[in-house]
Amino acid sequence: MQSITMFDVISQIASGFGTTLLIFFATLIFSMPLGILMALGRMSKSTILSSVIKAIISILRGTPLMLQLIVVFYGPYYLFGVKLPTGWRIGATLIGFSINYAAYFAEIFRAGIQSIPVGQTEAASVLGYTKGQTFSKIIFPQMVKRVIPPVTNEVITLVKDTSLAFVLAVQEMFTYAKQVSASMSSLMPLFVAGVFYYVFNLLVSFIMNRLEKRLSYYD
Amino acid sequence: MSLFEIKHVKKTFNDLEVLHDISVSVDKGEVVGIIGPSGSGKSTLLRCATMLETMDSGELSYLGEKAAWNDESGRAVYASKQDLRRIKSHYGLVFQSFNLFPHYSVMKNLCDAPICVQGRERGEVEQEALALLKKMGLEGKEDAYPQQLSGGQQQRVAIARALNMNPDILFFDEPTSALDPELTGEILKVIRQLADEDMTMVIVTHEMAFARDVADRVIFMDGGYIVEEGLPEDVISNPKEERTRQFLSRFSENG
Repeated sequence: MQSITMFDVISQIASGFGTTLLIFFATLIFSMPLGILMALGRMSKSTILSSVIKAIISILRGTPLMLQLIVVFYGPYYLFGVKLPTGWRIGATLIGFSINYAAYFAEIFRAGIQSIPVGQTEAASVLGYTKGQTFSKIIFPQMVKRVIPPVTNEVITLVKDTSLAFVLAVQEMFTYAKQVSASMSSLMPLFVAGVFYYVFNLLVSFIMNRLEKRLSYYD
Repeated sequence: MSLFEIKHVKKTFNDLEVLHDISVSVDKGEVVGIIGPSGSGKSTLLRCATMLETMDSGELSYLGEKAAWNDESGRAVYASKQDLRRIKSHYGLVFQSFNLFPHYSVMKNLCDAPICVQGRERGEVEQEALALLKKMGLEGKEDAYPQQLSGGQQQRVAIARALNMNPDILFFDEPTSALDPELTGEILKVIRQLADEDMTMVIVTHEMAFARDVADRVIFMDGGYIVEEGLPEDVISNPKEERTRQFLSRFSENG
């Protein structure tokens, strides 16, 4: 007697998709500006600031994201004895993802900024632009165009990495897929989840491609 | 009062002294050519004058406004950021490699700084930009992006961009060195036209014939020193110093 239909499987898995989307968009929204700040800190003339940022980036890129999620989630309790409500799961997930991705974006942005010829900054300086204007009007727009391909890679990885939130028992798509799979003793729900991730990434690639084309107006 | 004056500049890069106590002043309407072999310090002098490099010691002023002077210990100190911003509006610089903003159209390259830095009115700035483009033979190119233009056209846009800031003096750092010999002429023609209009200019160049024609005064630099300075017909055609003769003989041999 098969009581679970394909429709049930899909709707169960889809019910976790909202949380997956939340992790995805929140991570992008927080990690990109944070990545820019970290890139600027990394390039700072102050050796203290730049070495601190460099060490942070090194740790965030050199240890597993899953480990970082667990540390962020349990850290407040084990380190400070603070008990946080269950809702903290999603908060810890978003913080963990955001700082981890910020580290990757920081290195991409730094490489992008440093690839802009120094003559651009010099021309801006002679024309009287302030440092802030030079960055926002001259360097940043050229940097954005150059970093689209590596950023696309990261965004695609992020779509798949959202599944790591299952380790904090966040009810996102992969957590549901695993539960349904276990209850049905079937791999089929995992394939369904795989299709969701794949289609999501097709969409991401399509959008990033469009963006890249739009920014190629001055080639 | 000189329009531009730099006095007793010293500049060292990693223990290598590239400028030894150089002083140059330029009067309004004067065209000064700076010649000399590579590594002679002429570009560094220009970069110190335009504050792309900071002097180790020395004085710098535009229209009598001091941008930098020596403190008691003999090290150069610079004016406040606000003062420097105002002083920067007195001069423009045309680079060897143009350094146009690739993501801005020709028109925006010309107009953005006057509007956003100098706070001038858009309509007036755009009108002046169009007139400048016409003068540079770039009519109809206002919506083009730098990459779509030839090197010579890009350099003319760069000159127009500098001029649209209404500078009192324009510096050129080897403006034709990145160009095909064929395109060199169009840039020299533009600079000559500016000289005819009494634009004050300092031009670092390897074009000896051009320097002789267009400059009111020529400075020959070598090894971080001014070796010889004077009227172009004296310095280029009848140099007094042995070093100048040596340098110039290579140019005459090559035609």
